[in-house]
Amino acid sequence: MGMGLIDNLISTARRRSPWLLHFDCGSCNGCDIETLACLTPVYDVERFGVVNVGNPKHADILLVTGTVNLRNREVLAVLFEQIPEPKVVVAIGACGLSGGIFREAPNVVGGVDKVIPVDVYVPGCPARPEAIIDGVVLALEKFREKSKGKGEGK
Amino acid sequence: MTITADRIESGELCRAVAALKEQGCRFVTITCVRADSAGAELLYHFDRELSLSHLRLTVSGDEVPSICGIYASAFLVENEIQDQFGLRFIGLTPDYQRTLYLQGEDSAPPFRGPSGPDRGE
Amino acid sequence: MAGTVIPFGPQHPVLPEPLHLNLKIEDEIVISATPAFGYVHRGLEKLADIRDFRQMIQVVERVCGICSMIHALTYCQGLESLMGVEPPPRARFLRVIWSELHRLHSHLLWLGLFADAMGFESLFMQLWKVRERIMDMNEATAGNRVILSVNVIGGVRRDLDPGQTGWILSELAEVEKGIKAMGRTILHDYTVQKRTRGKGVLSREQALELGCVGPMLRSCGVAQDMRLLGYAAYGELDFAPVVERDGDCYARCRVRFAELGQSIDLIRQSIGKLPAGDISVPVKGRPEGEIVARAEQPRGECLYYIKANGGKFLDRLRIRTPTFANIPALTVMLPGIELADVPVVLLSIDPCVSCTER
Repeated sequence: MGMGLIDNLISTARRRSPWLLHFDCGSCNGCDIETLACLTPVYDVERFGVVNVGNPKHADILLVTGTVNLRNREVLAVLFEQIPEPKVVVAIGACGLSGGIFREAPNVVGGVDKVIPVDVYVPGCPARPEAIIDGVVLALEKFREKSKGKGEGK
Repeated sequence: MTITADRIESGELCRAVAALKEQGCRFVTITCVRADSAGAELLYHFDRELSLSHLRLTVSGDEVPSICGIYASAFLVENEIQDQFGLRFIGLTPDYQRTLYLQGEDSAPPFRGPSGPDRGE
Repeated sequence: MAGTVIPFGPQHPVLPEPLHLNLKIEDEIVISATPAFGYVHRGLEKLADIRDFRQMIQVVERVCGICSMIHALTYCQGLESLMGVEPPPRARFLRVIWSELHRLHSHLLWLGLFADAMGFESLFMQLWKVRERIMDMNEATAGNRVILSVNVIGGVRRDLDPGQTGWILSELAEVEKGIKAMGRTILHDYTVQKRTRGKGVLSREQALELGCVGPMLRSCGVAQDMRLLGYAAYGELDFAPVVERDGDCYARCRVRFAELGQSIDLIRQSIGKLPAGDISVPVKGRPEGEIVARAEQPRGECLYYIKANGGKFLDRLRIRTPTFANIPALTVMLPGIELADVPVVLLSIDPCVSCTER
């Protein structure tokens, strides 16, 4: 009973203040600088309680930009593994969705969903900050559903 | 239009590069062009006071002497060519053993073999 | 304890991009640093086999999102000289305006990230706030914030009307005000000096021997700037490379900071001299032959080697980006410094990994 209360509290807090982990997976930097721009004064997602963190163990939402290649595929899988449940993955930009303009290049595996499950797809080359924020908001809804599912399962 | 470059043999490469270094040239990069499936052409670019000079070396086999001993910064580009074209640079340090970009056993050098639109998949 | 190896990256809070360093340390002092790559490699030079030479403009723009305009510019200028095409004067001046807008946004981005690497987060936020004005200018003039897609072979795709140039000038005045306000902090703040002075020192000889380019080389007292080649309209504009002598992180910071003012000045000059006329010439035929094209990116000299055979597809496209030339310097600068200074020294070369690996 007491544990349930704490669990509820934690899950509400995580939902209200989601922490992001951003991983550049072979992007041209276009989407990365737009993702970073979201955190700076003009777009400022920090006012919604969104914090960018460097440690996957602190994160709730994984933002991935860029194409997956043969080497970063493993890094991506490890990062995904290290994020505690429940977690949501947002793929950003044409490259993250399908490989984009690079999909035929020799060292490219394809979109992020070839390696880890993706919940939200944000299109654009590069994706605009507004689109990325919208993607994060959508991800929050998914996050809520997932944490509910987890609670009921217990 | 072609680039005017001094043609050299692989035996005299290091001497020619060292001579350019004596003149105060900055090493810019090496470009590798695969001539056909058997050979490759290496273009060494040097810069001095904003003007470029080039050395052209035709490689018939797979082995090329490394110029790392003269310009240490060449290690990056030589490793890249090893990766992408399957050539081997003798005396290269540090040698990434064709794993600079590629995952070793997973991948063959992508530029090996003839180029052209029919190469595709 | 001899030789602990600390892996730095590929996922690291100060790095916006995955770069891996194996740092061998002894008592917090770095003994040697070995970079490892491949996390952003795509192999896009190979795409020249399946995309024709015009489609490749879109591909080279995406070598790197931060300097995409100048990548496309170098490529187009190379093809123009191969095909004997002379872009009209108005196009050449417009190219300067967009190039310098790109340099402004890139340097502000770098100064922000550099401040962040020192742990100076409020400076980072302020710099990026100023940068958003540049992004607005990019968007208003080219239709996109990051990848401008303004270059075509034979000129540019978009024109600026007098209303837009007037607006750019008034916005630039605001940007200049913002930069001036932060200049005191960047150049004279005690914390910044403490973290950057005497860190990662390169001598003039070392920098030349390691093949450094751009602000890295200029901070060591070498007045080398590819814009002096006079490509686009740079030959008709008045500027001199910014040079510092000390060769440390602080000198690099000063060079890039001074280049912000230089870029603003170059945009003003180009708008003042902007000639009337067409913005592009029709181009027929296909390229044949080989050429080396160079241009100055925010990070330094960028070199394109293009070999064409008169067909639709290029025989070979080789891109040597500035960070590729600056990375060997890391293996000299990092040994001997404290582990805590590694992010500062690493960022001082303005690493752009997606450029390096392509």
